[in-house]
Amino acid sequence: MNIVILGCGRVGSTLARMMFKDGHNVTVIDLQGEAFRRLGPRYKGNRIIGNGIDEDVMRRAGIENADVFVAVTQGDNRNIMASQIAQHVFHVPKVIARIYDPVRADRYRQLGITTLCTTTIASGLIRDFVTRDEWGLKRDYSRDYLEMNV
Amino acid sequence: MYIIIVGGGNVGYYLGKQLLAARHEVLIMEKDRQRCRTISEELGEVVMQGDGCEVAMQTEAGFGRADVVVAVTGSDDDNLVVCQMAKMEHNVPRTISRVNDPRNEKLFHQLGIDATVSSTKIIYNLIEQEVGGGEVIPLAALNRGNIEIVEVEIGAKSPVLNKTISSLALPEEALVISIIRDGHAILPSGDTRIQLDDSIIALVNADREPQLREVFAERAE
Repeated sequence: MNIVILGCGRVGSTLARMMFKDGHNVTVIDLQGEAFRRLGPRYKGNRIIGNGIDEDVMRRAGIENADVFVAVTQGDNRNIMASQIAQHVFHVPKVIARIYDPVRADRYRQLGITTLCTTTIASGLIRDFVTRDEWGLKRDYSRDYLEMNV
Repeated sequence: MYIIIVGGGNVGYYLGKQLLAARHEVLIMEKDRQRCRTISEELGEVVMQGDGCEVAMQTEAGFGRADVVVAVTGSDDDNLVVCQMAKMEHNVPRTISRVNDPRNEKLFHQLGIDATVSSTKIIYNLIEQEVGGGEVIPLAALNRGNIEIVEVEIGAKSPVLNKTISSLALPEEALVISIIRDGHAILPSGDTRIQLDDSIIALVNADREPQLREVFAERAE
């Protein structure tokens, strides 16, 4: 699968390493070259330095052949705009954006972007754990992280 | 009219000042507290501190009764989301966005923004007008059909000088609609001959503009 990831922070870099390890063709975009250090020495996928809301940068990242586009920068609006470019200009089949603001996450979900609001997800999981003493996740994803030997 | 300006930089500030002078009701939304203070010292109580992308802030600012929302921050992504949320949440009749990267204009129209302004493109066009002979200069766009109205000045080195309209190798979906000659607009026929200092006005599908430019391009000597 060809996957383009915008933003090489903790989530972006971890996702990139997971997908690479699983044998996918991964490209990560970030404004800052230093961010790629998070990918570690075992990641052998592509790295592109550039602005993710610039169509030329997206093209360089191979967006035209991408099966999936994931926007996980720190900026909600940057993620929203990049996702809409991926969806409307490049017609990427699967577009996912992490959006911290629950309202924006909801509205853009209605416009056809798969939005992941980590604010409500984390809050909900914690609430359930506090009130019902049960952990909502079926699987411990943090083990996957630790298994990669950071 | 009630006009909300998101972004209190120089563009937002001077735009607000002009609209106030024209007796419109104006609200400027700006994130930075210090900047808010500066603006309210100059223009009075027309500033609100806050993030114009947040729905709660938009509601508080009265987006629901705004006639126009103008987004003029320095970030295209912020401007886009301000305008889209204004439409989706508050049905604002007219949204206008400043576009810093001119290539985003087309995308913004596609995503439902009513109007866009790109100072980069305007300045670029002015420079082209100054230096370029035979350049195709966009005058206006008929957005719905992706059609541009363009103007070409005919100089002494123009390859089409003294040619008739019908002999021009115009691309498909390009139409010469008028010639401005000695300050008068004339409606040309196929036999009309192009003269020095003519301005040719044409309609062209934006996708065909490069081919149209090719027809009028002055070659280097």
